[in-house]
Amino acid sequence: MRAALESGASADAQAAQAAVSGGVPSLEAAAALLSPAGSDMLEDLAQIAHRMTVARFGKTIAMYAPLYLSNQCACTCTYCGFSMGLNIRRKTLTRDEISREAVTLAERGFRNILLVSAEHPKYVNVDYVCRSIEEVKKVSPYVGLEIAAADEEQYRAYVASGCDGVVLYQETYDPAIYARHHLGGPKKKYHWRLDALERAGAAGVRHLGVGALLGLADWRFEALALLWHARYLERRCWRSQINVSFPRINPAAGGFVADHPVDDRQLVQLLCLFRLALPTAGIALSTRETPQLRDRLVPLGITHMSAGSSTEPGGYGAPGSAGKQFELEDTRTPAEVKAALERMGYDAVFKDWEVMPAASAST
Amino acid sequence: MLGGRAFESRLIVGTGKYSSPELMADALAASATELVTVALRRIDLDAPSNPITDFIDGSKYLLLPNTSGATTAREAVRLAQLAASAGLPTWIKVEVIPDPRYLMPDPLETLKACEILVKAGFTVLPYIQADPVLAKRLEDVGTAAVMPLASPIGSGRGLKMKAALEIIIEQSTVPVIVDAGLGVPSHAAAAMELGADAVLVNTAIAAAAHPARMAEAFRLGVLAGRAAWLAGRAPELTYAAASSPLTGFLSGAR
Repeated sequence: MRAALESGASADAQAAQAAVSGGVPSLEAAAALLSPAGSDMLEDLAQIAHRMTVARFGKTIAMYAPLYLSNQCACTCTYCGFSMGLNIRRKTLTRDEISREAVTLAERGFRNILLVSAEHPKYVNVDYVCRSIEEVKKVSPYVGLEIAAADEEQYRAYVASGCDGVVLYQETYDPAIYARHHLGGPKKKYHWRLDALERAGAAGVRHLGVGALLGLADWRFEALALLWHARYLERRCWRSQINVSFPRINPAAGGFVADHPVDDRQLVQLLCLFRLALPTAGIALSTRETPQLRDRLVPLGITHMSAGSSTEPGGYGAPGSAGKQFELEDTRTPAEVKAALERMGYDAVFKDWEVMPAASAST
Repeated sequence: MLGGRAFESRLIVGTGKYSSPELMADALAASATELVTVALRRIDLDAPSNPITDFIDGSKYLLLPNTSGATTAREAVRLAQLAASAGLPTWIKVEVIPDPRYLMPDPLETLKACEILVKAGFTVLPYIQADPVLAKRLEDVGTAAVMPLASPIGSGRGLKMKAALEIIIEQSTVPVIVDAGLGVPSHAAAAMELGADAVLVNTAIAAAAHPARMAEAFRLGVLAGRAAWLAGRAPELTYAAASSPLTGFLSGAR
């Protein structure tokens, strides 16, 4: 992969042109499209990305909402507002509180809820996660998880409780940089995290979400590594839908500043490349980005969007009672985001899932 | 005739991928279809109103629920039962798709689901790979039709499975509906020219720049292809049929 990156760095306009017209790009061709020469062809890339997205997904955007379960954390991570040493108000939702949050989201129309949690084995253990999934499943046919990496048996338990997807960002694919930012706690284990989605796939999780937290390492390296990871999972977990996301680091408690900031033009280049290179992958865009940018990115390959999100546990029913993970840029309500999508000629789809828990579904 | 019911139109259309329900309704009208398929997973069966079904006039169109999202026979059966208990028609398009990338149907699970649903009294229309033996097996089970794919769903690549489709059409005693992969009206016409009983189109209409106009174009394509099938085409030759035979001078010398 390093070799592909090096060859890509010196790609000329001809190589980029060949890469864009050669169908689904190889790793080498992807590197050429990520190069400055690829950046010069951004409009061409965007046009292709748009056509490919409409053909596969139509002019629809699937809507989802995060539901934060806990900000109690046993990990020390440089960029995160939940990091263990930080002095914020800590909270783990009770079952009643989870139910209230889920009902609030359901009343706002959501039927796709992503349960998010900081990593603390004492407060958020397998049993707690399973009970949380079951609670939210009462009002939402789709329940995803964005929590600590788990072993295959734990993933099986989540699936049996109704888990439809697992999102687990590697944060950075560079092991040395990973070590510099993950200083303590279970999240220190780079390879345990890297292999987690394959374990989830083996356990029957239907949607696997990969991603890198842009800003920690060189974005071109992260992009190629992420693409390689996604393609690896496509082969190994052939029954699972692969989704990708490229969150950029936002301000959070702790005042972290990114070493490798990614600008808007680079983000667009990345997005277009992923649509070309992974034509069937879902691509999620969270409320970390501004409303203006989010609206502009929609036609380029986005398939999933959150709206009206809160990044603090209990933040929908009782905002301000616990510390948040990071600041949000798009604070529009779900109705406002839906209206903006309609103005652009897109249908905001709130319900797109109806499958029973896999344990009882096995034949 | 399909499932004991007569249809004028041989074009079945889907309801996914539209940018708005209004555009979808316009496209349905322009297609002159009478049978409209809708993904059960998109419908909130408990809700009083729904973004898709509210826009489909039940007096004009028969709703054909599909089990999209199911990856096993049991999931498909459960979806069909949910739909029936919510009062939807007991017609079901069986889609059992474990592969999220090429969206290829699982033949074993599809057959299993169809056996159960036919016994439960459903009018069953299975989406299948263009596999002639599977088509016969499904017919034996009692499905109302078979729906083989022309090429992967949404690919718009046309009749990539032509040779297998010809065998299915030749052998079938139930209607053959060519489903998936038809990208332009000429693909639909070609399928009808092969002798297909109907075609199903979704992406090619929904993702067109002007869905209603494309729906109209598909309506015409299907009509043209069907008319050509009924007219009986002239034989296809690899050579020209000479009007001045080279052996004409031999006449009478036999």
